[in-house]
Amino acid sequence: MALVEVRSVSKSFQRDTQKITVFEGVDLDVAEGEFLALMGPSGSGKSTMLNLLAGLDQPTSGTICVGGDEITQMSPKRLTAWRARHIGFVFQFYNLLPVLTAFENVELPLLLTRLSKAERREHVATALEVVGLTDRGSHYPRQLSGGQEQRVGIARAIVSDPTMILADEPTGDLDAKSADEILNLLQRLNTEFKKTIIMVTHDAKASERAQAVMHLEKGVFVR
Amino acid sequence: MKYSGLVWKNLRRNRRRTILTAISVAVALFLFVALQSVLTALAAAGNVGSESRLVTRSATGITFPLPQSYFQRLGGTEGVKGVSWGDWFGGIYIDQRNFFAQFAIDAERYLAMYPEIQVPEDQKKAFLAERASAIVGRGLMNRFGWNLGQTVVLKGTVYPGDWEITIRAVYTPGTKSFPDNVMYLRYDYVYERSNHAAEPGWYILKLDDPASAAALASRIDGLFKNSSSPTKTETEKAFQAGFVTMWGNIGFLVRAIGIAVFFAILLVAANTMMMAARERIGELAVLKALGYPNWLVSSFVLVESLVITLSGGVVGIVLARLALSRTGGPLAQFFPGFSVTTGTVMTGLGIATVLGVVSGIVPAWQAARLSVVTALRQVA
Repeated sequence: MALVEVRSVSKSFQRDTQKITVFEGVDLDVAEGEFLALMGPSGSGKSTMLNLLAGLDQPTSGTICVGGDEITQMSPKRLTAWRARHIGFVFQFYNLLPVLTAFENVELPLLLTRLSKAERREHVATALEVVGLTDRGSHYPRQLSGGQEQRVGIARAIVSDPTMILADEPTGDLDAKSADEILNLLQRLNTEFKKTIIMVTHDAKASERAQAVMHLEKGVFVR
Repeated sequence: MKYSGLVWKNLRRNRRRTILTAISVAVALFLFVALQSVLTALAAAGNVGSESRLVTRSATGITFPLPQSYFQRLGGTEGVKGVSWGDWFGGIYIDQRNFFAQFAIDAERYLAMYPEIQVPEDQKKAFLAERASAIVGRGLMNRFGWNLGQTVVLKGTVYPGDWEITIRAVYTPGTKSFPDNVMYLRYDYVYERSNHAAEPGWYILKLDDPASAAALASRIDGLFKNSSSPTKTETEKAFQAGFVTMWGNIGFLVRAIGIAVFFAILLVAANTMMMAARERIGELAVLKALGYPNWLVSSFVLVESLVITLSGGVVGIVLARLALSRTGGPLAQFFPGFSVTTGTVMTGLGIATVLGVVSGIVPAWQAARLSVVTALRQVA
């Protein structure tokens, strides 16, 4: 049984009087521990699919199950709690809070848990160690390079040990060297820590790091 | 408490804006406390005076004197236990800015009628023994740094000339609402020095039975109805309330200013919170993407708003209390019993809270309704 099961999912938007269909009747299976790259041209709906998998958006029709939970049936309140527990999100533009240090940014998801302050510290220290930023915990985002910011973003995504990591163009804003480091890190999270990762990218080089690549073309996923 | 760090850091994000907003709230609350204290003092002034004393004055107006001969006739009226009188002296001490009330009183009888004027017996004797002397309220003594036995010079306006008056007694008010900033001179001295030009400005009547006040007042006014100086008699309380009604429009004005200030500051605070929320719409969306529930995200915005308005409010209220209560403040000389009451402080804190909630509620609601996908697309 796949960790992620997407069945007959359609997504369309209403813009004024015009109905815009992003994709229709899409099926997708992602196995536990898989590192999947979703590729496709701009506007193909890759990020929309990622948002649906994260429970940030709702499909027009169809069902999405993650780890046996049908998230398309959940109330917004339940979905928020589910997301906090199961999803680690890595953004293209890092989206760190500028007023918080790297340590505090990584700690954000843990504030929603019942962990004590000491336990939170321990988890954050571990996450920063995994991404190689142990000595940058007290730095603010403006004091970090783009690559370092993204590594903090990844530490934030893994700190609560989520079921899967969703990465939306994680190397899209980075130079080649930094992008390589980030991809190495994601690969390591997948192989060493057995994390399920779904990464949206339109960089063919980046997709080579994944175990599987799917192309979203004309509303259909092609392996 | 684990989220307090996040709120605190967001408040420090744009320190200048946060501090300026808090200062504007502080100024507004300072004004509110001052204005509300004036209103409270005005309301309290209406309750000054006794129900067991009547005041008889000229029906034409308080500035018109009454004949000395009325003393006998009033004293002989059934139901009147005692009669005394007073007159407005209106002297200037050094400069017009040093304004304070001075009354020329029918000394012995007046003091007997006013237990509120509490004077040590030896000082009272000294006052009664010396005609060019005065009893001065403790507050007035403190205001000018006068000492017992000191001679002060008043420049007469109603009764011209320089009046050298020696302070022979200092009174403390028997009740909180009785003013402590009045100077009582001796009427007989004023009468003599003015070449008998002085006349009583009003008479004070002590009643046998306060319940008969209305009937007695009507009877007294009937006595002088067809004379050259018709009278208007009322209880001292009503007489004081009459003064307060003269301030009626000021009360309205004070309220209007207060409301205008409140709404101006509300707009400032609301605008600040809207800006603060708008400029970090992406961050709020990230929090929601991380699994922060709507109520928590909107709480951050609301709590920030409350922290700004309450901290500003507390500063404003504390400063107002220090400025107006501790020194008595410049308003105290116009409003007897003027002080910043606990009620005013609590109302001020309530207003600061309302300001915080009202200015934060819209951005908080917007934060709760924020679509994560749309917001993240905007900041990308």
